[in-house]
Amino acid sequence: MPEKTMRDAINEALHQAMEQDESVFVIGEDVAGCNGSAGDVGSVGGVFGVTTGIYNRWPDRCVDTPISESAIVGAAAGAALVGMRPVAEIMFADFIGVCMDQIVNQMAKFRYMFGGKSRCPAVIRFSAGGGFSAAGQHSQAMYQVMTSFPGLKVVVPSNAYDAKGLLLTAIQDDDPVLFFEPKVLYQETAEVPDEMYTIPFGQANFVREGDDVTVVAFGQMVPKAAAAIDALAAEGISCDLIDPRTTSPLDENAILESVQATGRLVVVDEAPPRCGLTADIAGLAADRAFSSLTAPIKQVCAPHSPTPFSPELEAAYLPDADKITAAIKATLA
Amino acid sequence: MSISKETLLHSYRSMKTIREFEERVHAEIMNGQIPGFTHLYTGQEANAVAVCAHLDESDTIISTHRGHGHCIAKGADVSGMMKELFGSSDGLCKGKGGSMHVADIDKGILGANGIVAGGPPISVGSALAAKIRKNGKVAVSFSGDGSVNQGTCFEAMNMAVVLQVPAVFVIENNYYSEHTHIDYAVGCNDLKARTEAFGFPVFVADGADFFAVHEAAGKAIAHARAGNGPAGVFAEQGRYHGHFVGDPQAYRGEGELDDLRENHDPLKVFRQHMATSGDLSEAELDAIDAEVMAEIEQSVVDAKAAARPTPEQVTADVYIQYGANGVRGTYHA
Repeated sequence: MPEKTMRDAINEALHQAMEQDESVFVIGEDVAGCNGSAGDVGSVGGVFGVTTGIYNRWPDRCVDTPISESAIVGAAAGAALVGMRPVAEIMFADFIGVCMDQIVNQMAKFRYMFGGKSRCPAVIRFSAGGGFSAAGQHSQAMYQVMTSFPGLKVVVPSNAYDAKGLLLTAIQDDDPVLFFEPKVLYQETAEVPDEMYTIPFGQANFVREGDDVTVVAFGQMVPKAAAAIDALAAEGISCDLIDPRTTSPLDENAILESVQATGRLVVVDEAPPRCGLTADIAGLAADRAFSSLTAPIKQVCAPHSPTPFSPELEAAYLPDADKITAAIKATLA
Repeated sequence: MSISKETLLHSYRSMKTIREFEERVHAEIMNGQIPGFTHLYTGQEANAVAVCAHLDESDTIISTHRGHGHCIAKGADVSGMMKELFGSSDGLCKGKGGSMHVADIDKGILGANGIVAGGPPISVGSALAAKIRKNGKVAVSFSGDGSVNQGTCFEAMNMAVVLQVPAVFVIENNYYSEHTHIDYAVGCNDLKARTEAFGFPVFVADGADFFAVHEAAGKAIAHARAGNGPAGVFAEQGRYHGHFVGDPQAYRGEGELDDLRENHDPLKVFRQHMATSGDLSEAELDAIDAEVMAEIEQSVVDAKAAARPTPEQVTADVYIQYGANGVRGTYHA
């Protein structure tokens, strides 16, 4: 099977969805690029190159916009409400701060507020997360915040294979889907089939299987957790590593069944701790698998702080394999 | 308007400082010495310097992601800025902010800003404070041709008129919002008229010409300072580098960059004015060049030797540290 980067896998999914369904279109800042200039229109494909080549094949369905995040999300929501399947790109997840109303008060709630009589099959893609020394306004995960809003589906792929399958599911889904692409993973490769395939929402992936500890990790934390777990095998410690892949809907049963088997839980996410996914999963286990637990639940996450700029500070800020290893061992102590 | 020799000397020094700072930062990024996302102001020096020539330390500015020039023009410590870009804990923002978040509140610099059009509403707040305090101060926001398409920018302009506050909106048209040309991204063909339609005067200048911007900014700032409500400055001038360092600039036309550097160089234009007027001699200007080159070189030497942050600093300054007796710190006026 061919190896592809996460960037190329997402790009391929977009091309295939555009080919298959004329109601799919791409919209966002520089998704084509260079419009209005004397240069090479269509040569940018988004600031991370994820929409490369789409304008060249479907110029009418690759829509560059001004820098206007509220209008981009609103336009996607409106087009979806009348039957299109837009895939909007918001360059950085942090810019949710600019377009929060259109996401949270508008598209998320249409169907419920309208008595189930509407559909809003829009996908909003974001680059997300830390690791680039991009500081406080270009490094946030944000998916943990958006997971709290009913009406939105929230996807966080951790590898190229999942990214393609999950995006194709997202585009076919009739509810609004927020799709968070950990930007440090764009260049990471995995085996990705050329053909179209989908991965159902709410179905976790068991990245590793083991007996001693359940580890749940999200996005860019999944490969870090896998590295920690693989190193612990030499010490005779084996872990389940669960990648939920979608935070809403969440595969609660996969997590609970694993915790019931291992009796120990470590939850890993790159976002700060308050009202986040690690607390959410810990709460789930405490509520529904308490009698199975043989050790306190451990949460590995960033501290309650904005993302710092300096590389040393960001390295200390983000969870890494060492911190995950320490947490796993703490549950076994 | 006649300009004092002291102001001329200071202004040329500021422009040269910005130029050499940016060119050196570019080189250090290419050497891998500066992390993160960096946006350079080279070519637009006259705008920042000519506007700030009308401001004193307690007037405020707020800047953009392309903020180094504005900060230097308003008096930010160059060595502290360089240390910040290198991620040192001795940097102006202790290595927490980096290029996109350089700030120096004591100098009236309310920060570079990573969110396009994040600044104008905040500047209206600073202007409102000046109005309430009746202290004759003005609040300047720098924006680009990209940011004028954000809802926040529209809201700030309208509210500044409604509240009749001394806000000055400086709009620097460098022709590209990231990779997209203004001819595409701004729907009307007269941005000055569109801005004036909010209800305040806009003064237009050639952004390569310090003296033209100085005159336009002088009118706008005098208008606002006199209590006549907001005003605007429009300056057109291309940037010499890409949107960010590393941008391949596929949007450039044939010969565009050569033309900018050759025929629209604020430093050359300034020197031409001096050759005609005789206000400053070539020797005086050359002496400034030499001093600035030495200062920038020293700032890089110092930045490379400066203290690195330590992990415990990650969570410092998230909130104000109250004294042991619970007494608040003093608020800077």
